[in-house]
Parts: sequence; C-alpha cells; structure tokens
Amino acid sequence: MTTPKRPPLDRDAARAAAARFAILAEPDVAYAIVDTPVGKVVAANTKRGLASLSYADHHGGIDRVLEALSAGISPRVLEAPARLDEVRRELDEYFEGHRRSFDLAIDLSLIKTPFSKRLLQATARIPFGETRTYRDMAAAAGNAAAVRAAGNALGHNPIPIVVPCHRVLRTGGNIGGYTGGLDRKVKLLATEGITLGRHDR
Amino acid sequence: MAVLPPFQRFLEDHRDDVWRFLVAAVGRTDADDCFQETFMAAMRAYPRLRSDSNLRAWVLTIAHRKALDTYRSRKRNAVPVEDVPEVAHHDPELRDGALWEQVRALPPKQRGAVMLRYAGDLSHGEIATALDCSEEAARRSLHEGLKKLRAAEVTA
Repeated sequence: MTTPKRPPLDRDAARAAAARFAILAEPDVAYAIVDTPVGKVVAANTKRGLASLSYADHHGGIDRVLEALSAGISPRVLEAPARLDEVRRELDEYFEGHRRSFDLAIDLSLIKTPFSKRLLQATARIPFGETRTYRDMAAAAGNAAAVRAAGNALGHNPIPIVVPCHRVLRTGGNIGGYTGGLDRKVKLLATEGITLGRHDR
Repeated sequence: MAVLPPFQRFLEDHRDDVWRFLVAAVGRTDADDCFQETFMAAMRAYPRLRSDSNLRAWVLTIAHRKALDTYRSRKRNAVPVEDVPEVAHHDPELRDGALWEQVRALPPKQRGAVMLRYAGDLSHGEIATALDCSEEAARRSLHEGLKKLRAAEVTA
C-alpha cells in the first residue's frame, strides 16, 4: 500500500439515497415537470400555493425557471412530484373538459411590483370561456392608461393556464401576445370554446 | 453576481461524492442515515450560505461531522461481549475493505484527515477547514495516519 485508493462508487445507491431524501425533506419550493396538452410545464408549489407553471421551453428553459424560483423565493428547491399531485389532477380535469375553474391556491411571490400583482390577481378572476382586453385588465389593476405595462406583466405571468392570461385579447378581438407562444393561446381558448376569426390572428 | 444553485442541483452535483465518502467513513449500513442527516443539515443552512462558497468542501465537512456522530453513538451503544469474533467485519462493497476498516480505527484527527483526503478527495486546505485546524496540523494528521496504516500493513 502506498496510499488508500479512492473507494468505488455505487452510483445507483447514491441516486436512491438522494431520491429518499427528496421524499422526506420539506423544501420551501417543491417542483415537478408536468406534461399537458400544451406542452411541458415546470409546476412549483410553496407552502402558500402554486408559484410557477412556466412553459419548460420558454422563460429560458427549466434551469432558468428553477434559478428564478431559487433567487425569488428560496434556494431550498427540490424535485418532489408527489407534492404536485393536486396540481396535476386539476390540470388533467381542465384539459379533459371536466373543470372550469381551479381550486388551487396561488402564490405570486415571484411578482415583485404591486401593479403586476394586482393585474394577475384580477386575471385569475376572469371566468372560464370569457375574454377581456388588455385595457380592461390595466383598469382592473388600478391604472387604465398602463395598457402596455399590462401586456408586459401578462407576458411574464409565471402561472399561465391557472392564471388565465390567455383570456386577455387586444381591443377589437385581435389575439395579442402570449407567454408561451400564440399556438398555445389559440389551443387554450379553443379548449374553452372560443375560436377566433382568421383576421384576428 | 453568482447565486446559489437551486438545492436540487446542489443535491445532484454532490450526492455521489457524499455517498462514496460516507460508505468509506461509516460503512454501507449506516451510510444512508448519515446521508439523509447530511443533506437535511445542508438544506437547513443552505439559504444563509455565501454564493461563492466551496459547496463540495462544505457538504463533505457536514458529512464528516455526521460520521463523527455515528462513531460516538456506536461507542455509547456498544455492548461488551464475551466472545469477540476473530474475523473483523469487512464491507464487501468496498475495495480495500480491510484497509478502510483500519482507517476507521485510527485516532479521530488522523481518521478524519485520511478519510477526507482519500475518500473525499479534498485538498489540505479544505481538510484544515473541515477539521478546524491549521493546514500544517492537517498535513501532520494525514502523515501520522498514513504512517500508522503502513506500519499495520507491515506487521499484518
């Protein structure tokens, strides 16, 4: 013997130990990658409610979404799919046409400006199958003139689908923009029985 | 500005190193409990950590302390037996299993230094931080520990 050799690694055992940890631990932010008919979303819960449902291919990808949660809420972020069962269930029911409103608590901790917070809270109250304009939402958030700011804030909505920013259109019925790409907005509106004329897109 | 990675990434980045270290330090049977306690403690302290910290050395330092707790509780719970088994218990999963048994039998400072160097792959400076001593003292402990292992090898 000259010096002890580095012991071998049972990588599967290490992975299993880490998986046990993720089940037992109580993170501040629990997340799971959830499949929906409009693509993969990064679903994340805090003790207060759903804080993220960001599209995995937007917002800079999964890593960037996790970093935003880490920096904006708490770095105690763990992948814990069992803690998102309720979110997954309600999303399934919504896309299957069995649910018109979500019973999930939402946590807008990622939103730092009061205007954006009020705007998203108002957006969360737009009923299933109805639409509003950016101007309506700016007014609902307390500043009717801030139409562009309203569009911006909706474009950065961290909880799409559940905070239904897809129900906000331009005055005159033009579709406007969407945080996850317009195809998704069209599909979500269609899920709720709203079809736009071709000239509206 | 650097920010702390989400804990999930920290766990994935360091689980292998912590597992390997703990299997060598306390054996396969106790490694899992130590692993859970190590990452529980790490997660508790994590938000207060500076983002430019040496995360690998930090988590191995915690693992080292959890291993010490395990040694202490074994000592407390040890029941004297009349018939001592003649064959030492070796960990079959560990290459050089007998050697790591001897490392575990070293005095605490030497054991810590040898474990952190060869199972944890830490530098002398990082070992000094983990053992809360000077780098010189860490080198000395390591040297003494290796000397003892070699002497045992010669007489074996």
